[in-house]
Amino acid sequence: MIYGVALLAACYLVGQTIGELLGRWLNINSNVGGVGFAMLLLILVNQWMHQRQWLTPDMEKGILFWSNLYIPVIVAMSSIQDVKAATSGGMVALLAGIIPVALCILMLPLLMRLGNTKHTHSSDQAL
Amino acid sequence: MMQALQELLIKNGFVVALLTTGVIMMASSWISSTFTNKKIPAAAIAIFSGLILAYFGGAFTDGKKGIADISIFSGFALLGGSMLRDFTIVSTAMGARFSEIRKAGLPGMVSLLIGLSLSFFSGAVLAALMGYTDAKSMATIGAGACTFIVGPVTGAAVGASSDVIAISIAAGVAKSILVTIGTPLIAKTIGLNNPKAAMIFGGLAGTTSGVAAGLAATDPKLVPYGAITATFYTGLGCLLCPSVFYITLTWIIEIVARG
Repeated sequence: MIYGVALLAACYLVGQTIGELLGRWLNINSNVGGVGFAMLLLILVNQWMHQRQWLTPDMEKGILFWSNLYIPVIVAMSSIQDVKAATSGGMVALLAGIIPVALCILMLPLLMRLGNTKHTHSSDQAL
Repeated sequence: MMQALQELLIKNGFVVALLTTGVIMMASSWISSTFTNKKIPAAAIAIFSGLILAYFGGAFTDGKKGIADISIFSGFALLGGSMLRDFTIVSTAMGARFSEIRKAGLPGMVSLLIGLSLSFFSGAVLAALMGYTDAKSMATIGAGACTFIVGPVTGAAVGASSDVIAISIAAGVAKSILVTIGTPLIAKTIGLNNPKAAMIFGGLAGTTSGVAAGLAATDPKLVPYGAITATFYTGLGCLLCPSVFYITLTWIIEIVARG
């Protein structure tokens, strides 16, 4: 089981390092997509090892243990948010926190359609 | 005796946090099945309870870390901190399929750009309407409308005042809480029920914690897809807001001032 956890940890650290280096390279004070790179890496490694039957059920258990803990961790995360600051930051903060994201989410159905029509001829350029 | 018990709990803070979270999850699943007939998912109730606990933690201690500011619950800072959050988010990728991510690659990237620019500029306009008419404040509050990390990073870069930076952080936190609570409520209406929609949603909303929690409360299978785009949002925001967006904003202000 620990091998699975270690594999997950390896993907996490490599992904975060890529994100960190990308941030440095772009000269910004932030990690750019470290988690995303780590996820892509885990998906690819998982697929690759699966094909070679290197991934034992025991290793999978080690990774699935953490993905089952995902919701409890998110619950713990929400309980350490600065909710009081969000509600006492005044009208500007509240409105700036609400209206822009509402506008953005309204774009979702639109983007869904754009993706469908464009997908056939431009997905190759995208990747 | 009480003193000794309290010390024990503080010393084992992480274990206390595990137990407390387990109890919250259990109570939430009971509430979900007894009172709502499972219409409201247990995860949504648990996350919402977490936010309420955070509010009281902040109200009692005047701290910034919610319930983790109460010493016996200090273990929550580790359990709910960014390291375990990111680690568990990465582990959910085990349930994601690469082909799905490939399919939504382009709309996912477009959604990131639209999400960032729309948040920044509409946030900046709102700031101006509320009386913050200088470019630095508008940019900082607009960046705060992206996430509570992009706000202060941009504020520091353009040299905004500290009260404006505080507003930008509060705006970002308000956004992540709104996304957490709002996502399960509007998921059906906006068609958020497949991997592609989740990836676009992650790019539009951007706040990793809000997207992750909101999708967990909607449908845990969608979490990896939303998270994978959302995770690029903050970094990209820190790149674009103080540079391209800020410069564009100053141009727009100049044109409006002349016209």
